[in-house]
Amino acid sequence: MPIPLTVLENRRDARDDRGPATPPTEDVRERVFELEAKGEWLVQRVPDPWIGVTTKYGRTKKIPVARTWHHKSCGQCGHIPGYSTSIFWLIRKLGLDYNDPKDQTSCTAWNYYASATSNQGAQAAVAMRNFGAAYESGYFPMIHCGTSYGHYKEVREELVHSAELRDEVRRICDKLGKPFVMPEEIVHYSEWVYAMRDEFAKRQVLDLSGIDVTVHPACHYHKLVVEDAIYDPDVYGGQRTAVVSAVVTALGANVKDYSTWFDCCGFGFRHILVQRDFTRSFATLRKIEVMQEEANPDVVLTHDTGCVTTLDQSQFAARAHDRKVGVPVMSEAQFAALAMGAHPYRVAQLHWHNTEYRPLLEKMGIDWRERWREFEDDLERLKGNDKTFLTWEDADA
Amino acid sequence: MALQARYEDVPLETKQHLFDQVKADARFDSYLYGCYECGICVAACPSARFYDFSPRKIAQAAGRQDLPMFYEQLNDDIWNCSQCFSCTRCPRGNNPGGLITIMREVAINNGLSSAKHALEGYGRVVYKIMSTGTQVSPDMLQPNAFPDWGPHVQEISDNLELWRRALPPDTLHTTSTAWEVDDRTLTELYLIWHMTGVLDMIKSVDMGLHMILNDVMEELLDEAGYTAD
Ligand code: SF4
Ligand code: SF4
Repeated sequence: MPIPLTVLENRRDARDDRGPATPPTEDVRERVFELEAKGEWLVQRVPDPWIGVTTKYGRTKKIPVARTWHHKSCGQCGHIPGYSTSIFWLIRKLGLDYNDPKDQTSCTAWNYYASATSNQGAQAAVAMRNFGAAYESGYFPMIHCGTSYGHYKEVREELVHSAELRDEVRRICDKLGKPFVMPEEIVHYSEWVYAMRDEFAKRQVLDLSGIDVTVHPACHYHKLVVEDAIYDPDVYGGQRTAVVSAVVTALGANVKDYSTWFDCCGFGFRHILVQRDFTRSFATLRKIEVMQEEANPDVVLTHDTGCVTTLDQSQFAARAHDRKVGVPVMSEAQFAALAMGAHPYRVAQLHWHNTEYRPLLEKMGIDWRERWREFEDDLERLKGNDKTFLTWEDADA
Repeated sequence: MALQARYEDVPLETKQHLFDQVKADARFDSYLYGCYECGICVAACPSARFYDFSPRKIAQAAGRQDLPMFYEQLNDDIWNCSQCFSCTRCPRGNNPGGLITIMREVAINNGLSSAKHALEGYGRVVYKIMSTGTQVSPDMLQPNAFPDWGPHVQEISDNLELWRRALPPDTLHTTSTAWEVDDRTLTELYLIWHMTGVLDMIKSVDMGLHMILNDVMEELLDEAGYTAD
């Protein structure tokens, strides 16, 4: 039985929102700088200008505005490419400088969390190779994937606390000819979106006041190295991460609460590939149906790869069982881009999504028929080899 | 069959040996501080809702060094975990999901048949990550791989090359990898797999996969003038 929302609200009202006076965890960044002072590694500074945001226990985290090196996500680029495209589009729309590298690998944590065919040393070396590549470029790493972000924070803790691991990975970096460098902050793209939300609102062209949104906070964003995630006393009384929700509010749409917000999406890594019965059941029974019953949203927004895929794709089979499904799913980056007038197919690439999204577009005031016709014309030109690729100029034509 | 009875024949020394490997892992001490048996981790755990599985029992077995229970979990439970880390809600500061990460690595390193079984059908994913540095490639979207995702997958697969060309970012025009990774970067990645013993891990669970990976990697490493030692 769902927990009545009034109970949650009453508890929230009664709660002391101030949190502990002293953070219960160490500030790992101090240790990172201590190691720099000892000559153990370099620290890549967050470039100016940056925006200060508040993390779980009240510390300030620096979010770079520009000169970002984009550590892309396998699942976003591979299966929901409108996700990565929208992140880049938002940056370009603000006229900011960025680097989309080819000398980047994924965090390879699929082989850590799913199959365990990796180990601590390898994972740390992969992270530090990527950080080294970012440092060499002069751009600051911004991590698109929630898992890579959470995992790199675990790796940072492990490296800080183990001289042996540092030695192993330093040896590897030396062999690769890569600098041994730790970024001053580990930054997720959704933190940048959160930090820039008022800039998006200023450039918004759609009225979203009629759009109801449920938010799924990504597990690997706020459950791994929890103290480093963004919290804001003005969002859920500081009791849940503020990313995504604060963006929805800034864009004038309505965040709707539901009781299973803490639950994961059901992705499970190996489950989505080889035990999908679990994934489908969890995504529909514990997330989508609960959202439908308690909040009846127009769209589910989240900020990680696996969550978009799982919550979106799992709804198809559930229809055969007459489950209460049928809510479109996308990232807050795609939603913000649409709000700012991005093309739903050239930029948000919604044709890669599964659950019916067109009624949402209509409600947002987007003429999807016309936009699809334009995109089909693009495809014809690409087919006829008039053009090899769609360009950024085409995207905004 | 009574709990743990199916592993009665496995000598206690074997179970102890495997447990010792888990305990010796550098991450172990920061993943387990004791356990109140409060069950908060179970309430938060998605896998506990759909499987006979409990992160509380994982923490308990590790804390008490209950070797029969540990061994049963090593074979029958750990692959059910979703690695979501909802269990880090633990008021004691435990990370049962992290304990499971370590247990899985020990299961792989020791070539347990349950680990081999868990990875059946998974070899192509391991291969993709290790050989290309990315996973979830666009060409994985095949209807026979995702029949439960509906006809939409067929549509993507039919239009794959064209739809990838219709992406504005230059790095995304790929179909067999999620984005374009340059050769030098792949060479560096292969060197990491060699130097950290990951290739040896693969050898213990899948000889065929190990051979294929070795072939792919050695060529590129040789060309780049690296010796993997
Ligand atoms: S990490 Fe594993 S044990 Fe922990 S809550 Fe998630 S599924 Fe359960
Ligand atoms: S939440 Fe922590 S203390 Fe409570 S049962 Fe789980 S592991 Fe033990």
